[in-house]
Amino acid sequence: MNCLICHTPYNPMMSWRHLLTIEKVDCLCSKCRHAFMRMNGEICDICGRPFAGLEPSHRQGRLCADCVRWQEDDEWKDVLTKNRSVYMYNEWMKEVVALWKFRGDYAIVQAFQEEFCREFYRHFDHTFLIVPIPLSAERLYERGFNQAKALAELLALPIHDILTRHHLEKQSKKSRRERLRTENVFQFSGKTSLQGKRIVLIDDIYTTGTTLRHAAKVLRQAGATDISSFTLIRS
Amino acid sequence: MRFIVSEGRLIPEVLAKANDPAAKPISHIDSMPSIPMHPEFPYSPELLSFLEGKQLLLEELPFPLDLIQAHYEHGYLSYEKGMMKTKHGWRCMRCGNEEHHFFASFPCARCQTVCTYCRKCIMMGRVSTCTPLVVSRFSFPQDRYLSPLSWNGTLSQGQQRAADAVEDAVVHNGELLVWAVCGAGKTEVLFPGIARALEMGKRVCIATPRTDVVRELFPRLQQAFPSVPLIALYGGSDDRGKFAPLVLSTTHQLLRFSRAFDVMVIDEVDAFPYSVEPMLEYAAAKARKEASSLIYLTATPHPAWQKEIKRGKRKAVTIPARYHGFPLPVPSFEWCSNWRRQLKHRRLPRNVLAWVQSRIKTAKQAFLFVPHIDVLEQVVCILKQLDQRIEGVHAEDPQRAEKVQAFRDGRIPLLVTTTILERGVTVPNIDVAVLGAEDDIFTESALVQIAGRVGRSAQYPSGDIRFFHYGKTRQMIAAKRQMERMNKEAAERGLLKTQ
Repeated sequence: MNCLICHTPYNPMMSWRHLLTIEKVDCLCSKCRHAFMRMNGEICDICGRPFAGLEPSHRQGRLCADCVRWQEDDEWKDVLTKNRSVYMYNEWMKEVVALWKFRGDYAIVQAFQEEFCREFYRHFDHTFLIVPIPLSAERLYERGFNQAKALAELLALPIHDILTRHHLEKQSKKSRRERLRTENVFQFSGKTSLQGKRIVLIDDIYTTGTTLRHAAKVLRQAGATDISSFTLIRS
Repeated sequence: MRFIVSEGRLIPEVLAKANDPAAKPISHIDSMPSIPMHPEFPYSPELLSFLEGKQLLLEELPFPLDLIQAHYEHGYLSYEKGMMKTKHGWRCMRCGNEEHHFFASFPCARCQTVCTYCRKCIMMGRVSTCTPLVVSRFSFPQDRYLSPLSWNGTLSQGQQRAADAVEDAVVHNGELLVWAVCGAGKTEVLFPGIARALEMGKRVCIATPRTDVVRELFPRLQQAFPSVPLIALYGGSDDRGKFAPLVLSTTHQLLRFSRAFDVMVIDEVDAFPYSVEPMLEYAAAKARKEASSLIYLTATPHPAWQKEIKRGKRKAVTIPARYHGFPLPVPSFEWCSNWRRQLKHRRLPRNVLAWVQSRIKTAKQAFLFVPHIDVLEQVVCILKQLDQRIEGVHAEDPQRAEKVQAFRDGRIPLLVTTTILERGVTVPNIDVAVLGAEDDIFTESALVQIAGRVGRSAQYPSGDIRFFHYGKTRQMIAAKRQMERMNKEAAERGLLKTQ
């Protein structure tokens, strides 16, 4: 077998569990697999940021300073119930995401399948509506696929494409301040009411949480009562 | 994207006036129309000079789609399929990949179908079943350069003969293999041929799998041909996207060319990384014009080629002697018992240890080659007890460049290394040993290259080469024979210095 990321041949660890098809054989060599850093330890109750390595001044009780700020703002208070993520954003993850999302090597999404699903069911369940964060039409054409939707499809649950997005310049070029100020790029495009519905937004990365909160706000206005998010990476 | 076939031409769906249900990804179109060139069309020189000799993705072309389409409709450029269906699967038309595990599919937003794409050359932008490759069909007249060579060294007798053969291949668009021993001075052998090509207004490319070689050759060529525009193409170089009469390129960057060069030189065809090799062959074939010359430079042709040369089926010229005229030092073999087991007990075989100790005592610098990184770490650990200055270096070592420099400066007496240093690194007056020469990684060509590190300078033309092994292999014997054969040929042709 060849590793899905580094393409070097390797011998996957085989055990009786694999033969009895309880577990799938890993598509990555152990070197690539172990280079990912899973989230662990204490995290912020809202955004899921790990407290380890964070300066004490950035923490207030069970929340991080950023989330305290969000909660103090009447416009944004409780818009996003919580965010949970699978991996930390280390150098290796940066490389893999660049290959997957920017170079467009779609197949890499398989490498996330097992841990993405396992982590999802630790925090959520099938009663939530799955809503991937959309790309603008222009960006979707440029990339050829929506990475958030590719992740959502790993869950094998019905996907609700009920958001659309305007085209704006790339998010990554803006500071937090600028991102906060920007108008909402999302619109609700669903046909049925979201009254009383619980929703999980799916995206590849939580950076400042602005994108996810903008999307959550639109869904809240459409009647949803509880909106959380689940991302591959917490940066 | 999808195309509509209408009135003998392809039209991108986005430029078509009405939606057409027959729109298809380009790889699914059976007969590709060809359009004759309209000489009166007011073409865009910017677009055509950007595209000249290239094969690019639409997103690599900084021009509006309707302008590109107009040039297509007037026969100045063509759209080619990015992927071609084969008997057993697909072939990527940019990099030539046909291996199943290097393809994957995804629901493509550009063509609304499940699109297959090539994972092998994905670093250069995705080529999928709906991707057109844009190729120029127009070429501008090429500049001629009068006596462009300003190099006043002299060629050795062996070099001169090879240089004549290269020049002949350039003039007659022939194919030639230059088999030059390590240290023969093969770059200079190209100079007269390149000069002749530039005088004739030909475009020349020197391609190699390794970025190091591109960087090393660049200043030498610049000095030799000061009046000729020269560009170096490798990942991260500033010259990417440019074109010049003289081009130095790595395999990957060469993939963006199509029918561009009159002279194609492939340096170190047999070089690491091995996986790139078929891609380099494909890229070089694609980047050459139909009528062009092809010159291979190598110190260690693969066995299949050696056989072809022997049978007279491949045109080749050998340079069996080094430029300084001393014979190649030949390796000796020494059995070193089950060294892996000894390593487990944190010991090195006694004769290997003795060899290292004697280098340190006489203060003669040396390389010790080992088969794998894990072995490297263990060996370095043991040898550090002998001399703290001993270091190890491997391909992914972040301090690779610093350690090699420290070795050159004489601050490291002995460098333990994996096969990464088998080429390129030239340090005068060193000895070389291989631990575990029986390992599969030490092929004939790798061993010849390793031995080729020794005796490179005229002041110190000899040195000790020791292959420590736990069972001789065919590869070891073939490597030794190859060097002995070269020495014999050099002697017969009178290329060696007579003391």
